[in-house]
Amino acid sequence: MRLLRLVPDNTRIPFMKGRIVGVVFSALLSLVSVVLFVTPGLNYGIDFEGGIVIEARTPGPADFPQLRSVVSALEVGEVRLQQFGAPEDVLIRLPRQPGGDQAQQQAVERVRGAVTSSVPGAEIRRVEAVGATVSDELFRDGMIALGLSMVAMLLYIWFRFEWQFGVGAIVTLTLDVTKLIGFYALTQMTFNLTSVAAILTMMGFSINDKVVVYDRMRENLRKYKTMPLRELIDLSINETLARTIGTSVAVFLAALPLVLFGGEALREFSIVTLVGIVIGTASSIFIAAPILLFLGENRLRRGTQEEAKAPA
Amino acid sequence: MMYFARWKVLLTWSVIALAALLALPSFLPRATLAPITDIVPLRTFQLGLDLRGGSYLLLEVDMQTVVRERLENIVDSTRTRLRGAGINYTGLQAGERNVTLRLTDPSQAPEATRLLRELSTPITTTMGQSQPDIDVQATAAGQVTIALSEPLLREKATQAVEQSIEIVRRRVDESGVAEALIQRQGANRLLVQLPGVQDPERIKQLIGKTARMTFHLLDENANLAAPSPPPGVQFLRGEGPQGQEQRYAVRRRVEVDGANLTDARAGQNPQTGEWVVNFSFDSVGQRRFADITRANVGRPFAIVLDDRVITAPVIREPITAGRGQISGSFNVRTANDLAVLLRAGALPAPLTVVEERTVGPDLGADAIRAGLLSVAVGFVLVCAYMAASYGLFGWFANIAIVANLVLTLAILAMLQATLTLPGIAGLLLSIGMAVDANILINERVREEVRLGRTPLSAIQTGFTKATGTILDSNLTVIIKMALLYALGSGPVKGFAVTVAFGVITSMFTATVLVKMLTASWYRRRRPAALAV
Repeated sequence: MRLLRLVPDNTRIPFMKGRIVGVVFSALLSLVSVVLFVTPGLNYGIDFEGGIVIEARTPGPADFPQLRSVVSALEVGEVRLQQFGAPEDVLIRLPRQPGGDQAQQQAVERVRGAVTSSVPGAEIRRVEAVGATVSDELFRDGMIALGLSMVAMLLYIWFRFEWQFGVGAIVTLTLDVTKLIGFYALTQMTFNLTSVAAILTMMGFSINDKVVVYDRMRENLRKYKTMPLRELIDLSINETLARTIGTSVAVFLAALPLVLFGGEALREFSIVTLVGIVIGTASSIFIAAPILLFLGENRLRRGTQEEAKAPA
Repeated sequence: MMYFARWKVLLTWSVIALAALLALPSFLPRATLAPITDIVPLRTFQLGLDLRGGSYLLLEVDMQTVVRERLENIVDSTRTRLRGAGINYTGLQAGERNVTLRLTDPSQAPEATRLLRELSTPITTTMGQSQPDIDVQATAAGQVTIALSEPLLREKATQAVEQSIEIVRRRVDESGVAEALIQRQGANRLLVQLPGVQDPERIKQLIGKTARMTFHLLDENANLAAPSPPPGVQFLRGEGPQGQEQRYAVRRRVEVDGANLTDARAGQNPQTGEWVVNFSFDSVGQRRFADITRANVGRPFAIVLDDRVITAPVIREPITAGRGQISGSFNVRTANDLAVLLRAGALPAPLTVVEERTVGPDLGADAIRAGLLSVAVGFVLVCAYMAASYGLFGWFANIAIVANLVLTLAILAMLQATLTLPGIAGLLLSIGMAVDANILINERVREEVRLGRTPLSAIQTGFTKATGTILDSNLTVIIKMALLYALGSGPVKGFAVTVAFGVITSMFTATVLVKMLTASWYRRRRPAALAV
């Protein structure tokens, strides 16, 4: 039986030739993402902004105009209705209620009552209400988690490799994360606590990839003491290419069913994971390595040559 | 290198078999397990509320109210104390954290300070010391400040949360919700998880009520139409005898406190058939209630619950048996709820719901189905890919994935962790990440074969060189998940847990187990060339 090979043996793609294009293209994408982050901005979920989400199932296809008028009549602020998967499933989103947590609780009760009484047979499947203090804390904690994990990655890679590798990994991660945030802004998918989990997972996956490539570079730096850094990086990327692509395909295949069958609750999470896998894989090849070339052109080589001269 | 001692092989398989045994109970219905759990306690992982349906409530203890009430109480007592001692003052008022007043005659300051210090209620700190809760200072100009002490306020908040947990637990238990989980969260919050509760409204009402019941005398001479009540009296609303809303002039002094109740039960009045709540006092309450009713026959008294008059009957005769009856316009449910609240005791401070997440059981069941289907399909896809890419070595990896899943589930069961919907997603992602180790190894073996090494040497080098990389790359994921667990909440924590343990166990299955499988295959076959 012939085995599947996504990357042919002895692949020798001169990635470093395209390094400028790669980095510039990536930086541009990230810049656009930052612009998207400013305007239109992220669609924050109730985890981070506070407010109420009620998921209801109506006996037949949902009558949106009727539901809208019923809920709007309660004067609970700007009501957003959205089909959630099947045509019978409706997601009702209300802004944070002025008047604090008490008002929030009353609003939940009133909407619940109004929906079930105006649409006979309607069933409230899910209710989430988050108050102002809690959403502020969740947002702060989410951002701390993202920030700390960046710092942790920098320190870890710095400790395990050399500082150039650490800086390369962090710059790449920053470019990756900004693109994902841009993706959230562009698609207006809900940005909530699960999004932070998705971004962290994707960062973990991406850094994992960088570690493999860097590990090979370190090995090759010891092995080919005179090879120019540029060639050496190219060689390392090519040698690990089969693994990089292979793992990405495996994780992609594992995450794909979540998009297809995982249900509405996980759909956005899994789409972002898939996008993150693609971004992370691309950045391992096109960003992380070139940055190392810029940073380490002389330093990394000189260091190893001195090592070579030193009596073993 | 390619030889494993027999005991090692045995140990590895025993670990996996044991894990399968440990993971199994989590998948069996409780009824099936009952005969076993009676003999040995079994640990299982739990389904999160997002999967089994239920209500998650985060409640905050409202310390503001506690502080405000204490300050109002200090203002009241200051007034009575100073007037009683013939000390004149002006500008008595409550601030954010203190009460201030100015003495008309500054020379009375030492006397006033002494009197006011007596107003303190001692608080017992965690160190076991008893300290006054207020600090009284007077300036030479006669300005007096009564300040609440900050550290003791915090102490009081801590105690309030502890007490609230106990009381909320009693109330929830009485309401008949099974397996409710009540925990402290942070400095001033408590977390209530109610599996299977679809409409938490009744529970929220039960939990949210302070349920402080007090018995007061009424001020019969007060003008109910006046804009403000006379000193020492407060206007409270309540239902009148004919069911109409009306105002009552209630004396502030608490004659008997609900804390002195020993029991409260809903019942029906045999004559009228209306619902009532029967209660009985402890010895202190019984004595006080007897004294008051004896001294006030013919006068009305009020039963006040959370600043609302429930009923204001006229005392017909002294009540000395320590039992009484509250009638109001109750129905069977409200009478029962009030009885539950009175039995469970009053909350030290009001509780507000600051976060609510309720999932209906259907939605949870849908989520389980969707999650299981995704895991099954993802598993098949990854296995197919590994088999297609690496042949026999791919199958070794696939066996490792199964072992990895079993071990992860066993660890979750041992830790009695909560499996959430994001947790299921995490399980799936960790399958993808777990095969990374095998892909690394297999790609390395391929490279070594291309470099012209013998099969044995290629396999050995593949495993050795890939191990360092596997450790490095997995550690980064574990660091991330630890952060997510520490800072995330609810379902997201479940995700962090499954990914972290999935990755940790994969370091064992993907390297040790696969290496063992490869070694035993090699020793049996001794292949001249590797088909990788």
